[in-house]
Amino acid sequence: MEVYKKHESVVALLNRINVDTDQIIAKQFLKRVERTGFGVHLFHDWRYNEDGSEKSDFELNEPAYAGASILVTGDNFGCGSSREHAPWAIKDYGFNTIISTSFADIFFSNCFKNGILPIKVNEEELAALMQEIEGNKGVKFTIDLKQQEISTPGGIKIQFETDAFRKTSLLEGLDDISWTLQHSDKIKAFEEKQKQELPWLWK
Amino acid sequence: MKKTMYEKIWDAHLVHEQEGETPLLYVDRHLMHEVTSPQAFEGLKVNNRPVHNPKSILATMDHCVPTKNRDQPIQDPIAKKQIETMADNCRTHNLNLYDMENKFNGVIHIVVPEHGFVHPGMVVVCGDSHTATHGAFGALAFGIGTSEVEHVLSTQTLQQKKAKTMLIQVNGELKSGITAKDIALAVVGQIGTAGGTGYVIEFAGSAVKSLSMEARMTLCNMAIEGGARAGLIAPDETTFEYLQGKEFAPQTEDWEKAVAYWKTFTSDEGVQYDQTVILKAGEIAPQVTWGTSPDQVTAVDQLVPAPEDFDDPNLKQNCEEALAYMGLKGKVKITDIPIDIVFLGSCTNGRIEDFRAAAALIKGKKVHENVVAIAVPGSYPVKEQAEREGLDKIFLEAGWEWREPGCSMCLAMNGDELSEGQRCASTSNRNFEGRQGKGGRTHLVSPAMAAAASVEGKFVDIRNWN
Ligand code: SF4
Repeated sequence: MEVYKKHESVVALLNRINVDTDQIIAKQFLKRVERTGFGVHLFHDWRYNEDGSEKSDFELNEPAYAGASILVTGDNFGCGSSREHAPWAIKDYGFNTIISTSFADIFFSNCFKNGILPIKVNEEELAALMQEIEGNKGVKFTIDLKQQEISTPGGIKIQFETDAFRKTSLLEGLDDISWTLQHSDKIKAFEEKQKQELPWLWK
Repeated sequence: MKKTMYEKIWDAHLVHEQEGETPLLYVDRHLMHEVTSPQAFEGLKVNNRPVHNPKSILATMDHCVPTKNRDQPIQDPIAKKQIETMADNCRTHNLNLYDMENKFNGVIHIVVPEHGFVHPGMVVVCGDSHTATHGAFGALAFGIGTSEVEHVLSTQTLQQKKAKTMLIQVNGELKSGITAKDIALAVVGQIGTAGGTGYVIEFAGSAVKSLSMEARMTLCNMAIEGGARAGLIAPDETTFEYLQGKEFAPQTEDWEKAVAYWKTFTSDEGVQYDQTVILKAGEIAPQVTWGTSPDQVTAVDQLVPAPEDFDDPNLKQNCEEALAYMGLKGKVKITDIPIDIVFLGSCTNGRIEDFRAAAALIKGKKVHENVVAIAVPGSYPVKEQAEREGLDKIFLEAGWEWREPGCSMCLAMNGDELSEGQRCASTSNRNFEGRQGKGGRTHLVSPAMAAAASVEGKFVDIRNWN
């Protein structure tokens, strides 16, 4: 997995709440058997006209947001279906950071597995960040995961919480499976015990 | 220390725990379908890792499969590739797959219980959010992402954080005609789609206790619509009776021991939950969603809300957007909403009891002239059972279509879909924009409500209809 570095980037604003994974990546694009190539389909129904041209009134089509790697959005982002195609599409589109007041559980953990940092802030902080973007479209924020800090040219500094283990994994680009396989002995021992105590599970 | 059933299952599956690391939880059963697995197998291949325990896996094909003309090749080339990839992967790794031709084929969450593959006290995962369904057996069952699917395939464990616990107690008796679907929608309406985020819900109370196994599955299935990862119902005689004799249930020599073990997975008397919600069963009316989120729901005898009914500016705006998408005005009676399509099926309501309930209401009646109604059994065994009981004839004579099993119009990946602006009374679980087809409008209801709507061409209060 890619290493998550401190970076400064244009921020895109999607001021909506309860954005569900059906909107993030519509089902007609789930049939691919690869992990890549989903970015062009991100937010398809909101983003494109019938003829495939971009809708000018969709937030992310705003030219000032071009090249953004940070997405600021409303409450309960990523709710609904567990499809990991949603973070794949987000990553493939170019985002590696999402800032919101809350995220749906499965989506939240899927983000970390794909090198995306979801940051939870409180309502006032989110409102302040949104205000700064709206007043200055194309503004660049800096995200420093090591220091757990968001900073903006407008002078906002937010310290955010993050799980220590997930933080290390992102910073070092660690693969979960290799980490877990270090505990193979414990997994084996668990299984041996289960075979003894609950033999019907192994028939 | 007193423990909830969630905590007991958790403790029984903890493989590794250390300060500063995410705990590792053992996974007993892994369910699969064709949409969320291919990239996980690709990962195994790239890293040259085997499947840790092929016997822990049961796989089916359901999302992309056609519900008519099953004998002909799949038209959509990408769907076809996905189906073929699934078959290849299962063959390579020697997994138990109920493919399209198999007599047990159907929607994963319908198929798995039919074979007794999930037992109380297990940890069960699937790359599918409605895995919550299996909580009906008192198993901790939840949806995972594809990277996690790969993780479970290679290690038989998951890195998991402990959830908070929520008790939802439904006390008293349900009124006649009110079903588990109505409880589920009423619960989501009350707690909201994010109300359960970070929680595992335990459903309890006399109304829950009295539900059949199938109805319990309907209720737990929709725990995810309230944001919760999983729903749980304590195992009891209903559970044991359902499991006994099934293919993957413990056989005679182990049965007593297994039941004694299962009985330990109930919450201790007087244990504390992080949150408690209490509902009175007698007050739950037939529910109908009016918006584009499952918590935008009301009783059938109510009006569609208007934006001014909400104080919170976010909810007001949500209401406005939902009404615009749904092509509805506020203050309209739910029973004045005309519908075009009726969909009976899905992992929420595609079991035999659902078809019996709907058939009982439409027997001898005709589908309204403006309505197309389709019945999609959740699996071949459901379909065959219904046919043995003559239910297919009741549907067909009323003018319904009687289809082959699959997810079908629940998420419209297989070509069964609404067209722009069409309005559907659906027994599925999600009414998101475009879920059942681009521009399609979904109202979630119980099978009985869907059946009555098929005859009237609009929603009716089944409590005083026949
Ligand atoms: S029936 Fe619907 S909710 Fe259930 S597994 Fe299929 S697509 Fe998902």
